[in-house]
Amino acid sequence: MLSGGNLQFGYGGRASRRDRSTAGGERSRTAVDRVIDGVSLSIDAGEVVGILGPNGSGKTTLLRLLSGALAPDAGSVRLGDAELSSLPRRAVAQRIAVVPQETSLAFDYSVLEIVLMGRYPHLGAFEIEGPADLAAATAALEATGTAAFADRPFRTLSGGEKQRVVIASALAQLDRSIGSIGSIGSGGSGGGESRLLLLDEPTASLDLRYQFEIGAVLQRLHDSSGMTILLSTHDLRFAASLCTRVVLLSSGRILAEGAPRDVLTPELVGRLFDVPPGLAAPILASALVSR
Amino acid sequence: MVVAVLGSPFIGSTPIQFSRVFSTSIPFADNIDAQIFFIARLPRALAAALVGGTLAAAGVVFQGLLRNALATPYTLGVSAGASLGAMVAITFGAGWAVGGVASASLAGAFLAVGIVYALASARHRGLSTTVLLLAGVTLNSFFSALILFVQYVSDFAQTFRALRWLMGDLDVASYAPLVSALPLVAVAFAAFAWLARPLNLLSIGTEAAATRGVPVVRAQRVAFFAASLATGSAVSVGGPIGFVGIIVPHLVRLMVGADHRLVLPASTFFGAAFLVACDTIARIVLAPIELPVGIITAVIGGPFFLWLLITRR
Repeated sequence: MLSGGNLQFGYGGRASRRDRSTAGGERSRTAVDRVIDGVSLSIDAGEVVGILGPNGSGKTTLLRLLSGALAPDAGSVRLGDAELSSLPRRAVAQRIAVVPQETSLAFDYSVLEIVLMGRYPHLGAFEIEGPADLAAATAALEATGTAAFADRPFRTLSGGEKQRVVIASALAQLDRSIGSIGSIGSGGSGGGESRLLLLDEPTASLDLRYQFEIGAVLQRLHDSSGMTILLSTHDLRFAASLCTRVVLLSSGRILAEGAPRDVLTPELVGRLFDVPPGLAAPILASALVSR
Repeated sequence: MVVAVLGSPFIGSTPIQFSRVFSTSIPFADNIDAQIFFIARLPRALAAALVGGTLAAAGVVFQGLLRNALATPYTLGVSAGASLGAMVAITFGAGWAVGGVASASLAGAFLAVGIVYALASARHRGLSTTVLLLAGVTLNSFFSALILFVQYVSDFAQTFRALRWLMGDLDVASYAPLVSALPLVAVAFAAFAWLARPLNLLSIGTEAAATRGVPVVRAQRVAFFAASLATGSAVSVGGPIGFVGIIVPHLVRLMVGADHRLVLPASTFFGAAFLVACDTIARIVLAPIELPVGIITAVIGGPFFLWLLITRR
């Protein structure tokens, strides 16, 4: 459904001194510049894919490349059959929603206003939200268990509650036939095009209780509506319990990918996080048990 | 706002009667009341409404663009450029008519805007709000230095006139400055109408807005240029009147919430009424002397800022 082929990317910018143009016109960089170095990844509908890696491995960058927020220096990202960069922004936004690691507001919005902002790609330039949009927002709030907060100011919520509201906003964004979020059956929207929820380190700043909460919300979404989920994390337990497939990312390259049981071995995880396998083994043992 | 605009011209150091103003039986040339109303005071009230509404709306847009409730229409250097333009016209443009000062200040405003934009978009693929802020602050201090230099070389009369202009004064002699500023302001407001929803989404983060389909760079550019155009026009009519662009948006948000689709129109009307009220006070508090309205807004604005700081969480 969403695939990235041989992606390369570096943050050097236009004025990077280490840029050298190749004969083919693509900028090539020295290996040390590249944050993403030759990554090919494809996500099929209905999967829950976790990108696992240490800090600085390029997880966030890879998510940004796959969501279209960044353009790769080389390689391409495709959504379905089409090149992602060729699709209109709104069309992409109706199919891919991103939940960032943290959300900070410049002004004092209420929870409902935040969730309704997810309806932007469905509305015209001067169109006001209608009953359909409100219904989508309500369904999204209920799916994340935050309906009680609808009128509260966003800033008064706890970390876990805020994260769930931001997920609700993303769900409202993906909702194309009203109430299809959270309903039984996969791909409930018209046209059968799957929708993708991208989450960047969803539990990074949350304590244990909220980690379980978010995990439960995502699991429920996946089970009830067949939502495709792509997330990045460095939390072994979270990845092991939630994901159908895990991708190990190390220094901008894929180390291994596959089912959690096959990939989350002490040797591979030890290599990934640069810890002795003996140290990783007991953590993995308990993480894999929770599946 | 309508009450303020229409009521204000009736208040002033010379009392005038409502019935006489609109009486059609007395020829205009003999009707002192009507003359005071239509020639001296109504243009001033309309100018106050235009400038107040424009500065308030521009303040809202700049705050949304810079994602900071403390931003003002003058943060990015527009008023410094306008002030420099006016100073140069007053000191060196000896033969220019009064209207020349207004156009010079507009030209100065555009110069400042151009420099700030060029700096902010030079290194970044899009428009970096951080660089925008730094460039604006730098430009403000640089232009202030130039303004001081121009003041140094100007004579006594020119200095006095320049100082009065810098205080912010709505002593418009005719409808002409309003008529010339109106098309620019209208264009800016058309852009503001389109910007209302994108500004909401930009407030929760530029990446969050982008992933919801907002054309972030285009919205930022439109916001920057439209708000600068509005500010430059307002400053060319009344000088750099301070505090309207920050007090009004803040108060309006306390009343109607943070949705820009409400905050923008509400700020426009409230800002217009606010400045008309301030100008009325300016005209009567030391009657028959008419104070520059900038003094009144500063007197109100300073304590208001302190109150903001004290009550802020």
